[in-house]
Amino acid sequence: MTAEANVEELAALVNNGDVLGLPTSTGDYAACSMVATRALIRRGLKDLNLVLVPSSGIQADMLIGAGCVRSIQNGVISLSEYGAAPRYVDAQRRGRILVKESTCPAIEAALTAAERGLPFMPVRGILGSDIVRLRANEWMVIDNPYPPGDPILLVPAIKPDAALIHAPLADRFGNIWIGRNGHARVLSHAAKMTLATFERWYEGNLFDDPVRASGVLPAQYVRAISHQPRGAWPLGFGDEYPEDAEEMRTYAERAKTDEGFASYLRERVHDVAEVV
Amino acid sequence: MISERLLFIGTLTRLLAGRRHVFIGGASPAPATAALLARALSGETLEITALGDKRYLFLSNDYSEIFNCAANGRYDAFFMGGGQIDGQANINLIGIGKHPTLEVRWPGSRGTPMLYMMIPNTVLFVEEHTRRVLVPRVDYISACGTSDARVHRPGGPIALVTPRCVFSFSRERGRFKLESVNPGHSAAEVSEHTGFDYDVATQLQQTPAPSRSMFEMLNARVLNEVSVIYPQFTRSLQEDVRVEFAAAVAN
Repeated sequence: MTAEANVEELAALVNNGDVLGLPTSTGDYAACSMVATRALIRRGLKDLNLVLVPSSGIQADMLIGAGCVRSIQNGVISLSEYGAAPRYVDAQRRGRILVKESTCPAIEAALTAAERGLPFMPVRGILGSDIVRLRANEWMVIDNPYPPGDPILLVPAIKPDAALIHAPLADRFGNIWIGRNGHARVLSHAAKMTLATFERWYEGNLFDDPVRASGVLPAQYVRAISHQPRGAWPLGFGDEYPEDAEEMRTYAERAKTDEGFASYLRERVHDVAEVV
Repeated sequence: MISERLLFIGTLTRLLAGRRHVFIGGASPAPATAALLARALSGETLEITALGDKRYLFLSNDYSEIFNCAANGRYDAFFMGGGQIDGQANINLIGIGKHPTLEVRWPGSRGTPMLYMMIPNTVLFVEEHTRRVLVPRVDYISACGTSDARVHRPGGPIALVTPRCVFSFSRERGRFKLESVNPGHSAAEVSEHTGFDYDVATQLQQTPAPSRSMFEMLNARVLNEVSVIYPQFTRSLQEDVRVEFAAAVAN
């Protein structure tokens, strides 16, 4: 049963130490709930283990800078055309977070394993990369049994405690529409629960529209939804709105230093009321 | 003298001749331009899958389906950069320093550890041709240039394009070969700025400038197509094309 929540109630469903899955922040398929991310920071969470599916930028960087994160795995993390993810780069250098080196298809395979209730998944390529060596305590190379003589990498399932996404539409039955967003889909299927903010209510049942049906994330996966127009800001959100370039530049500049980042958090996160 | 960027795009475009389906990752404006140009010049036979805008992403699932397509051999061309590249065509997108607290931390390996091994005819490129980028041995291997014979590896590198020259890569020898030097540069200069050993073609060429038809297609159509994904890049490229046309008229 999907609950309707305000953003602070939604954020309250994430706990210290959780494995938290975040979808990509790249291009017009970004689906990041920035409004809920600010609520997570206000909540003062600690020791989150972030799984970026498979990439992130300002969202993961803010959580890291705010001291919410213990470990992170990703294919890529940066502010894209605004440069490196400054809090991430700084935190790993100071040893404040543990970076579990990974790559996009390994994360995809690990979530696919969890989605199917499997303990692991083979994935092609990657052999010969130092990532395999750096993950040697978890990853394993076996010989293909069908037929032998073909080494192949196994990655264990990743089952996030929570997936946090932003969607264009939700209906009163708790279904949300994610379109062809494969990042959000595999993440939500793999996670124990999905928390979603969304732009607009859909009148009726999303499953009644055959054009939309294959892009619906059914209510059974969705623990809570919160109606948050412009919930991806300052990131863009598909056809809905472009990223706020000025705000992104502001963040990229201020997050370069501890003091700048602290003042950014104060102004944009702590001293604002976003309860809707 | 032709702009470095136009020469670079022209070289990438030529390296796509005869390909079936090119995959372009995110944050890759010059490769995306080359792909769109190669498609226009191919009479629309080249297929493109490019991250960044839905108009170039013909997938019903924008994540899993990319790796599924790569593993099934549906792509036969790919472009890949690296913070460091070594003489065995290993690339480093991780960083420099002692893991896990790296002094230099790059954004990450992305999909390269798989895509480099699955997609044939991968073209490596760097925007800076120096000994700090082209190194004897990368600090970390994000994706390896060659694999031993037992490893399933349909993909791999065929070339490395830099602002100074074009190398080919031999899978059998596991080495680069200098094929052509860009106008205004020399083989001696390439050697001075390259940190790894490589072979040199017996008939060393000058890298050819983009053809007239490339310019015309770029101007008439492709700039428009690229601007959908990379508006800022397109604006500066437009200026390069304008200068080039003005020079052609003056001559």
